[in-house]
Amino acid sequence: MNSVIKSVAYTLTHAPDLVIHAGTTQTTERIVNPESEYLVALPKALRKYEDAVNYPPNQTYIGGMTPADLEKISMPWYENGTKSDRFGKFGEITPQEELYLVMQICDCFDLVMLEASFAAGAAKQIESHPLFTDEIKARIKPGTEIAVIENEVKENGAEGLYHDNKLVGCVKKAHSIDENLSAHVILENLVSKSTSVISMMNLVKNSGINIASVDCVIDCSEEAVGDMNQRGGGNLAKASAEIVGFTGATGFDVRGFCAAPVHAIITAASLVKSGTYKNVIVTAGGSTAKLGMNGKDHVKKGLPVLEDVLGGFAVLISENDGINPEILSEYVGRHVVGSGSSPQAVITALVTNPLDAMGIKITDVDKFSPEMHNPDVTKPAGAGDVPESNYKMIGALAVKRGELDRTELPNFVTKHGMVGFAPTQGHIPSGIPYLGFGREDILEGKITRTMIVGKGSLFLGRMTNLFDGASFVVEKNSGTTDTGSISEEQVRSLIAESLRDFAKSLGGE
Amino acid sequence: MAILANKKIVAIGDRDGVPGPAIEEVVKTAGGEIVFSSTECFV
Repeated sequence: MNSVIKSVAYTLTHAPDLVIHAGTTQTTERIVNPESEYLVALPKALRKYEDAVNYPPNQTYIGGMTPADLEKISMPWYENGTKSDRFGKFGEITPQEELYLVMQICDCFDLVMLEASFAAGAAKQIESHPLFTDEIKARIKPGTEIAVIENEVKENGAEGLYHDNKLVGCVKKAHSIDENLSAHVILENLVSKSTSVISMMNLVKNSGINIASVDCVIDCSEEAVGDMNQRGGGNLAKASAEIVGFTGATGFDVRGFCAAPVHAIITAASLVKSGTYKNVIVTAGGSTAKLGMNGKDHVKKGLPVLEDVLGGFAVLISENDGINPEILSEYVGRHVVGSGSSPQAVITALVTNPLDAMGIKITDVDKFSPEMHNPDVTKPAGAGDVPESNYKMIGALAVKRGELDRTELPNFVTKHGMVGFAPTQGHIPSGIPYLGFGREDILEGKITRTMIVGKGSLFLGRMTNLFDGASFVVEKNSGTTDTGSISEEQVRSLIAESLRDFAKSLGGE
Repeated sequence: MAILANKKIVAIGDRDGVPGPAIEEVVKTAGGEIVFSSTECFV
């Protein structure tokens, strides 16, 4: 039996000061051009928390509105936000103060220091938060005097944590010479862990799952956890599972650039389908490095810096319950070593090969979700509308295969696609953001089938020039369950038993 | 295509558009010489 998408959570975390101090566009600029106009203009171009909450694509990501709602709002979307709620049906938008507190909660080696009054204020903020359990709150440590923090930053190589451009804490280095445990790396890893934890806390609420019944957690973010002897050794998954309280769960990490989430879902679906585990969570936290990645273009054009949020998600994959949408793990799309790199070769490998194996056409997939980057962010930076260009390529292949009339191509983009709404956080937009809406659309009978496509830029690691990608199809549940169905083997066994009984009865006579 | 013949070409491809190796193939068949090719990820 196929495994199912049982529940999904999506979260964003507003981190404007981390844009300045941890985003690589900014940290690089400070090295190569410290007096640049961009660095001077940047603080004024950062958005307030409320603006990030009211931003329509952010609301779409957390389930406050649907992609169809977003499409009706005129672009640029940053000019057309309306007062919105921090919480959506899939998750929430966490403010920076709470992120720093969660980083302290997630810190198991006394590396995070928060100034006493700031820590007390943040702790008060989460008092009324419905998802912070007593066990999680018990991890909060007392604050520190600001003079101690200032000294750590100035003298001992700690990374400062700023709020409203004021030093409120720091992350210390975890080793005197190992650059893999430098304050910078520890900060990146703790942010990824914290935003993954926030996503899984929301998943626990959304799914109602008993935390003791989670068997395995798979982290598919982009950070490398380890020391100089095993850089990237990993298991951020288990580290995050510990904080949420999944005491019965093991865990491991899946890495593969922006394609990792799709690889991780395929892995999880197969582990559940095989019977190895019953409940597997695939999770990812956000990436500080990508904050403000296109900031220079945004500031140059008078836009606010729109890449001011960290993304996160968590997906619960469980045994087939006869209700939730199934992951068709027998028909995954794979860009293999020999696939080739032309757009046609890529779409063939990721889209048409698995559909051919299923015996269906491109137009039989109601919605495609490939690389759901927010065009409000990418278009002003010259990177175009990424989801739209992917839809055009898929549609073009449908025309070439005779499955779609050429004149229907514009309609194909609208009918089988949607507008992008995910933050440009690498692995975060990679197909997964639609999984929550897709699950609901299937359950409500609006669609039957969706295909999730992820792509990864392996060449960025300088180990290969290859590109990567993977895809999977999620379909309406066929209605049979693991417990309610009977296998062919069981039928044979029952018939054999009956025949044996019949033979015995004949012998007795 | 003749515009590429006997020219030295720098190819910058896009992960979500046309990647470098695909541009290389086109240039080769058009008689150009690739002196640098790269694929970039703009997101």
